[in-house]
Amino acid sequence: MFDDLQELYQQVILDHSKSPRNFRRIEGATRIAQGHNPLCGDNLTLYLVMDGDVIRDVSFVGDGCAISKASASILTETIKGKTKAEVEELFEKVRTMVTTGEMSGSNLGKLAVFAGVHKFPARVKCAILSWHAVKAAVAGEAAPVSTE
Amino acid sequence: MSSPTPDWSALRKDFPILDQQVHGQPLIYFDSAATSQKPRIVIDTLRHYYERDNANVHRGIHELSNRATNAFESARERTAKFIHARSVDEIIFTRGTTEGINLVANAWGGKFLKSGDVILLTEMEHHSNIVPWQLLAERTGAKLAYIPVTGDDGLLDLSKLDALLTRDVKLLAMTQISNTLGTVNPVAELCERARKLGIVTLVDAAQSAGHSLVDVQAIGCDFLAFSGHKICGPTGIGVLYARAERLAEMPPYQGGGEMIVTVDFHKTTYKQAAHRFEAGTPDISGAIGLHAAMDYLDAAGRDKIFAHDQALAQYAYERLAEFKNVRLFGPKTGRAGLVSFLLKDVHAHDLVTVADQRGIALRGGHHCNQPLMRKLGVESTARASFYFYNTRAEVDFFLEVLCDIQKFFGA
Repeated sequence: MFDDLQELYQQVILDHSKSPRNFRRIEGATRIAQGHNPLCGDNLTLYLVMDGDVIRDVSFVGDGCAISKASASILTETIKGKTKAEVEELFEKVRTMVTTGEMSGSNLGKLAVFAGVHKFPARVKCAILSWHAVKAAVAGEAAPVSTE
Repeated sequence: MSSPTPDWSALRKDFPILDQQVHGQPLIYFDSAATSQKPRIVIDTLRHYYERDNANVHRGIHELSNRATNAFESARERTAKFIHARSVDEIIFTRGTTEGINLVANAWGGKFLKSGDVILLTEMEHHSNIVPWQLLAERTGAKLAYIPVTGDDGLLDLSKLDALLTRDVKLLAMTQISNTLGTVNPVAELCERARKLGIVTLVDAAQSAGHSLVDVQAIGCDFLAFSGHKICGPTGIGVLYARAERLAEMPPYQGGGEMIVTVDFHKTTYKQAAHRFEAGTPDISGAIGLHAAMDYLDAAGRDKIFAHDQALAQYAYERLAEFKNVRLFGPKTGRAGLVSFLLKDVHAHDLVTVADQRGIALRGGHHCNQPLMRKLGVESTARASFYFYNTRAEVDFFLEVLCDIQKFFGA
């Protein structure tokens, strides 16, 4: 029905937006970061349990469009067990992918479903919101982030 | 009122921009509440002005300056007629509705409001009719109060009015048509109530001026503001109507050229209104383009335009009400030409993105109405807003696409 939209709304994205993974609060989280795009109405809160530089657990709650929710959901699956430095490296790769579509040699795994976003410039900020939030969280920044 | 109904399909052909494809689909422009499209006559008027008449106004002696000045002042006269002002001197050209409201808040509010005074607004105001008053309240110690909105049906709860109209209220500012809900507010009735209590009134006519007949004397307001770009005119030009008595008591807004009589190193005397409130070179071409837009709209008939837009919105509203899992905002009947809605489990931005791929331009978001959105418990809505160049066939296609969107997102 919407063949041209399959690239943006891949099945994996629709699945994660309807049934987001790690969709819960973590009592005793060591870092909490908020991502808010007031124009869109995307409003996500990420919870991290950090052990030194390593992310032991991560979750999120909130509301937003399919892209922002799926992005946060897949983010939580991806970064568990990763270090601060690895998250920062991933952030750069994800940003490059969603703004340019470029991901050669990036080894992004499931995150590659967001490559289609670069053709929808108005939606880049939705895909990148949770990544800005997690980047702020691992850096220990407390202020809410926005990608608008 | 007895003039025949315009040939809407012929008028639609006056809008070159509508004749195009977007993402391989015919463009359906349902975002006129954000900005309207422009008829060829407005575009041609701008081109003619810049190709033939462009010069600065009010100070030249040469031929082009005379032409530009005459055209600019003729636009002011046309505007006075457009909203039935008593005098051309009550028409101030601004950048738009927002600047008009800021002008009143600064020049009138700055002089007359003091600590403890109340500025009464409604909960359905656009940010542009909230934030200037908040800034004024911060400066003066005045307070804000709001006439509540009833809920999803989006009416003003006038049962609260008696309690709200205290002797501390100095200003009542309200929108004539809500950009989010499509509600048409009883502004004449409210202005009459206010006037009896000596309360100054401002009407935000951004959504009404190009979509219905607006008569400042019938409304009885002290101030009324609107934007050119929402009524088929260029961006960057707007109008503030201000009753002569108010203008006479107001200090200047901005200082500069165009608004002075004599300037000494330490003392300046100012022109009479409206020029006193128009510092600097104005948007000359904008005013001239706006003149063409007003002529165009009144040739079609704004009463006819209102009926057309209302019929489309009512049709869209009733068909949408038949959908499963839909939430509709605004009054069930008597709405202006827009429909605000949400589909369950489909975020407004996803909906707008998919509709765009079908050539349909919608708005999704908070519509510069964040406090109202919070009150209604939503982050955003999707909005389709109509004008006389839109057709029932476009609405039907839009409804089909919405059905497909519900299937696509499994909602």
